[in-house]
Amino acid sequence: MKKEPIRIEKNDVVISIDDLGKSFGSLQVLRSLSLQVYKGENMVLLGRSASGKSVLIKIIAGLMFSDKGSVKVLGREVGQLSTKELDVLRLKIGFSFQGSALYDSMTVRENLEFPLIRNKRHLTRHETDRAIEGVLQDVGLLETIDQWPSELSGGQKKRVGIARTLILRPEIMLYDEPTSGLDPVTSLEIINLINEVQKKYDTSSIIITHDLTCAKFTGERIAVLLNGTIGRLGSFDEVFDTDDPAIRGFYNYNFIKDS
Amino acid sequence: MNQQTENKKNLLPTGKIKQYFIEVYEVARFITRFFKEIFLPPYEFKEIISQCYSIGYKSLALISVTGFITGIVFTAQSRPSLADFGATSWLPSLVGIAVIRALAPLITALIAAGKTGSSIGAELGSMKVTEQIDAMEVSGTNPFKFLVGSRIVATTLMIPALTMYNGLVAMFGSYLNVHANEMTSMKSFFQDAFSSISFLDIYASVAKGIVYGFTIGVTGCYKGYNTTQGTQGVGRAANSAVVISMFLIFIEEMIIVQIVNSIR
Ligand SMILES: Nc1ncnc2c1ncn2[C@@H]1O[C@H](COP(=O)(O)OP(=O)(O)O)[C@@H](O)[C@H]1O
Ligand SMILES: [Mg+2]
Repeated sequence: MKKEPIRIEKNDVVISIDDLGKSFGSLQVLRSLSLQVYKGENMVLLGRSASGKSVLIKIIAGLMFSDKGSVKVLGREVGQLSTKELDVLRLKIGFSFQGSALYDSMTVRENLEFPLIRNKRHLTRHETDRAIEGVLQDVGLLETIDQWPSELSGGQKKRVGIARTLILRPEIMLYDEPTSGLDPVTSLEIINLINEVQKKYDTSSIIITHDLTCAKFTGERIAVLLNGTIGRLGSFDEVFDTDDPAIRGFYNYNFIKDS
Repeated sequence: MNQQTENKKNLLPTGKIKQYFIEVYEVARFITRFFKEIFLPPYEFKEIISQCYSIGYKSLALISVTGFITGIVFTAQSRPSLADFGATSWLPSLVGIAVIRALAPLITALIAAGKTGSSIGAELGSMKVTEQIDAMEVSGTNPFKFLVGSRIVATTLMIPALTMYNGLVAMFGSYLNVHANEMTSMKSFFQDAFSSISFLDIYASVAKGIVYGFTIGVTGCYKGYNTTQGTQGVGRAANSAVVISMFLIFIEEMIIVQIVNSIR
């Protein structure tokens, strides 16, 4: 398996994080974290459980606020936007939640309809249906359109969750552990989907994972979150070209090496 | 989102009393936010109607059964004491007053607290812990307005309606019992019953319904919307929504009765 090279515009930064800090009470989760994501690239964020990966992308999406530092998304300072401005920005951000977060009181169709009819009120019924069928087709799940989330498998839920964000044509995708809890074959399908989305929808993404197969085959660059800040950054090979046990641990576990 | 709370917790030494006041402050903010957002467009009419349906219409069977039984049982239990004075003809007015002033509002509110309060707490709680509320927020929908606003409006509208309905059913149950024993006609039963009820009683009863409905809605939504710690938290949210709203309903009952009696 190999990922085709993708065009990345290094002088176009879509997410720019500078000296970010975040604590919960006495627990300091993120400290002076800086990171830039270029237009078109998949940036993989590696880190141990509870290291603050989800907190970081929630701050990017304006679901949490930082204590310190700056987070700019598509040129806008997220922490300083009004509710209205934040809503406008969020339409350009797709968020794939770890547990898929499908609305379980709604069918797949209604799940996809929800963001669409609430943000694009001028659409006709026909246009809405076409859009829903289009994104479902892109994630390969058109046949589930009238099913309930509880009837879907874990991998299908992930796909529908991704489809629900794609329906608004986001410029940025944030994937929170897209392959966690899935079997290897399904994980590969999700990995391919992430790459297809990157190409077809022209997205720039942050992909949170512990899964190095996912990291290797989706990410142009890898960032490792260590002690609340970006400890290492570079291509897959660059990042793992080290003896640092905190980094080698990931590698050895994923590629089954004796340590 | 919870930044202010977090900072507060830093400044204050921990302790149950401080925690209690922080909670009161948070609830006050929650209620203020409800009133601020509910009057601003976009309005969630569709969701409000669907909540009214599930809170109001779907409770009809339960409210009917309990109202009916209350009427029969209350009448049957009161008869012996009135019979001692040969005053069983007072039964319709006694039942009318008891049902409208006390029984219907309380019974309806307590049943709704159990049925609606717990389901709101559990539903919002599970949406919170499975990140569905976050998902709504990032897709440009205000989850507070959509989920919380619609539910509080629905309980505030539906509980008074259910209270009136419960009162009528209870009186009907009472009528059947009175008719079977004293052969009173339906017309004279309801004439007697309503002649003893003043408009103040009816207003007070509706007011109670509104207050209790609002209490149930706010408690269920607050507990659900602020659920933490996974599935365990969902159970806790549902449970405390019921316990707290029942407790508040009794306190409010006491206050409202005092107020109404001072007007009467
Ligand atoms: N809302 C919150 N309140 C308090 N602590 C939180 C909150 N969200 C996350 N945390 C804490 O922050 C740390 C990082 O969490 P998270 O970003 O979810 O980890 P992960 O890297 O596994 O995604 C954890 O210790 C977690 O308990
Ligand atoms: Mg996480």
